[in-house]
Amino acid sequence: MGLFSKKNKEALNTPLLKENPVTVQVLGICSALAVTSKLEPAIVMGLSVTIIVAMANVIISLIRNTIPMRIRIIVQLVVVAALVTLVSEILKAFAYDVSVQLSVYIGLIITNCILMGRLEAFAMQNKPWPSFLDGIGNGVGYAMILVVVAFFRELFGSGTLFNYPVFEKLGLYEIGYINNGLMLLAPAAFFLIACVIWYQRAKDKSLQEK
Amino acid sequence: MAAKKYVCKVCGYVHEGKEAPGVCPLCKAAASEFEAVKEAKKGLDTNSDVYAIIYSVVMVVIVAFLLAGVSSVLKPTQDANIELDKKKQILSSLNIKGQDDAATVYANVVKADIIVDAEGNVKAEQGGFDDKNVKDGEYALYIAEVDGARKYILPMTGNGLWGGIWGYLALNDDCNTIYGVYFSHASETPGLGAEIAGDKFQSKFPGRKVYRDGDVALTIVKGVKDETVEVNAISGATITCNGVNDMLKHKLNPYYNYLKKQATAIPATELVPAEPVAEEENVEPAAADAAQENVEE
Repeated sequence: MGLFSKKNKEALNTPLLKENPVTVQVLGICSALAVTSKLEPAIVMGLSVTIIVAMANVIISLIRNTIPMRIRIIVQLVVVAALVTLVSEILKAFAYDVSVQLSVYIGLIITNCILMGRLEAFAMQNKPWPSFLDGIGNGVGYAMILVVVAFFRELFGSGTLFNYPVFEKLGLYEIGYINNGLMLLAPAAFFLIACVIWYQRAKDKSLQEK
Repeated sequence: MAAKKYVCKVCGYVHEGKEAPGVCPLCKAAASEFEAVKEAKKGLDTNSDVYAIIYSVVMVVIVAFLLAGVSSVLKPTQDANIELDKKKQILSSLNIKGQDDAATVYANVVKADIIVDAEGNVKAEQGGFDDKNVKDGEYALYIAEVDGARKYILPMTGNGLWGGIWGYLALNDDCNTIYGVYFSHASETPGLGAEIAGDKFQSKFPGRKVYRDGDVALTIVKGVKDETVEVNAISGATITCNGVNDMLKHKLNPYYNYLKKQATAIPATELVPAEPVAEEENVEPAAADAAQENVEE
């Protein structure tokens, strides 16, 4: 059992594309809409979710044999909520600016279905190390989609990237381009995620239903 | 008790004995279909009610102590951060931004944090910085000095679309012309309402007047007609802008009497009476996007 045996690699790799939490399992859509109108919050959200899924997965995996089956969802919820609160407190003490930027998003992590999904489906049955990799894989898979969606929403909605005025520098406004206000609203995130799913399914025939 | 339990994977028949039976008496499945049942660990039945209750109690106590402990250990650091952040915000309304050493700059620039009431009386010469000292019907006010000129900084709080909004508004020593503003928010929509915290919005304020005819005249509107007191709104963030308007109206009003006294003490007042306003036809077209209302998420 090497640290990166085939099975462990799979735990890390499959959530990136084949089992992507957003585009294939269609989890975490709510936060994918809320935080993707700018790149920066999208990246921070992706990072925090990655860290918290990985940590929660490890903790649940460590105590998986002691958890009473009937209250396992509550136990998972308590672990996630405690972790999120901890992270939020630590950020407030040592990285105040980041915590101000994150504000509500950090609380939103608790409601992210990816966390509960991974705890229930993977960490409850697997050892800590594969669970950790699974958490990292799913978090990064989620973050990837957020970044792609946020890139297009910020670029076409505000004409900026990381608040840098790209379109202004390119002189697009002078030739008559107007920022697309729809991009900043929630439906645009739906359209973009749908496009990503479409592209992915067209590429990977195994994802298509018969 | 050497007997073990074997369960038939086909029909679920449970056999007790040293080894699996040759064939299943119920469904005639072969011995290979039988599987040994593992005995539950002694004394730990994870499915019993008592265990579940004890487990949840222990878990809750551990988590509660952990969180309470972390919270109380980190509290002083967090409070210091919040205080420093407040100082940075106040400095920001004076257009002093990005200072590494905000605490020192603040101490040099801000001369007093007084408390006033709506009649214009000074209730306390110091202590307005700490919200605990400011009672109902009293208002904190900061007095700063930038390049030898006196500035008055008025704090404001209000409600946006999703959560709280707040800000600081710095006035020149005529007590009416805006020197600088700072707005921030807890959870407005990025790209729309959240733009009130951006330079693009805040840079429209300096030079505008706050009071006219004894009331707050500064408003955010779609299509500016009166350049002295109106500021162009952010399209797509109507509710947030309305929140800012409410905040300006209600939070700046109580300072009027105090500022009026200051303004009469200093000549060159524009505060009372109202100056005649030159009407300017300067209607900026509202951005032509469909997103006029704050309907999201």
